[in-house]
Amino acid sequence: MGAGSVGHKQAQTSGMMDTQWETYEVFHQTRRGDAHVHVGAVHAPDPQMALQMARDQFARRLKCSSLWVVRSADITMTDYQDEAFFAQVFDKSYRDPKAFESPEKGKDDGC
Amino acid sequence: MAEKTYEERFAEFEAYIARGEKIEPGDWMPEEYRSELIRMMSQHAHSEIVGQLPEGNWIPYAPGFRRKLTLIAKVQDEAGHGQLLYRAAETLGKSREDMIEELLTGKAKYANVFNYPTPTWADVGIIGWLVDTSAVVNQTMLAQGSYGPYARAMKRICYEEAFHIKQGYDSIVALANGTPEQRAMVQDAINRWWYPTLMMSGPPSKLSEHTERSMRWRIKTKTNEQVRQEFVDLIVPQIRALGFDVPDPNCKYNEQTGHYDYTEPDWEELKRVVNGDGPCNKERLEVRRRAHEEGRWVREALAISKHKRAA
Repeated sequence: MGAGSVGHKQAQTSGMMDTQWETYEVFHQTRRGDAHVHVGAVHAPDPQMALQMARDQFARRLKCSSLWVVRSADITMTDYQDEAFFAQVFDKSYRDPKAFESPEKGKDDGC
Repeated sequence: MAEKTYEERFAEFEAYIARGEKIEPGDWMPEEYRSELIRMMSQHAHSEIVGQLPEGNWIPYAPGFRRKLTLIAKVQDEAGHGQLLYRAAETLGKSREDMIEELLTGKAKYANVFNYPTPTWADVGIIGWLVDTSAVVNQTMLAQGSYGPYARAMKRICYEEAFHIKQGYDSIVALANGTPEQRAMVQDAINRWWYPTLMMSGPPSKLSEHTERSMRWRIKTKTNEQVRQEFVDLIVPQIRALGFDVPDPNCKYNEQTGHYDYTEPDWEELKRVVNGDGPCNKERLEVRRRAHEEGRWVREALAISKHKRAA
């Protein structure tokens, strides 16, 4: 279950309360070339409104070049309890550049 | 994989926090941790929402276009903080609807300080300078807390609160450099806001198991007294540097402790105001209810447009 979808309820339009819209996770890119970074979530009735809300909430002050929104319910996440998922069952240093010597700065003697 | 017992999970949870790690929404957590955080975070969210109102009243009367724009931006920030906090609290399993309903029906509590009136323009500056300094001291502490979504929201909020403090201070400096009447207006506002602001950090923490547990679980990382003392030590020199008085004859720097002494506020007053019997509680909730009703057609229109697009 997506972090943002915990406690999520379907929108309801009857009765006194009517603001329980879906949530959308917001990803913010400061400058072109940067990664989009998760900054939080907004409630919105649809993706277009989610973008508007995301702009007002997360891009009303500092520079922003792009926003993504994605329905929280559409995110599939790993389970923190399932530690085995990321378990390193044996030494994987053979994948790590730091586990190897760097080439020496060779001296070019011209031969 | 064998199911872990409650005791095993509990021990893991405490060890996690003791290592300085954050708890995230999908994690196992004791029910007491969840409910205490929902209580704190929803009260915090309500405080931001109601906190728009004392200053919002002054938007039409702000002296000059720049101050008006600044004040609108500040009040918008408070609304944004409320939204961020409702969202963060929702990750613990309580819906925003439920929280808003508790606010509108008067069931929920929120910060005492927003139930006091703002009769003069100086009150607006004092809220930014004094009240928001107190809020930042508290929120900087909360940003160190163990619940990931709350701590992340606090970081962002503290950044924006820095603007709130500076604009408040700036407008007070303008008045301080003004006429004797303007200076008197500032002093009067300090006099009225001093004790309500001291109350914000909460009553003296009882040395209870409950407090001890909140600290151990890093729901809070400082006691109410520590937060209050930090605020007093910060703000008293600032008030005096502008030539104003702290309305407390006992407020002196104490060489022994390295802190300012101060007189405790009236804790009975805090209890009354938080429980609904402050000078403006009724007005604040009426304004919120009206705003909720008057905004209903907008929400309904948005919901309908969604269905039409889906069709």
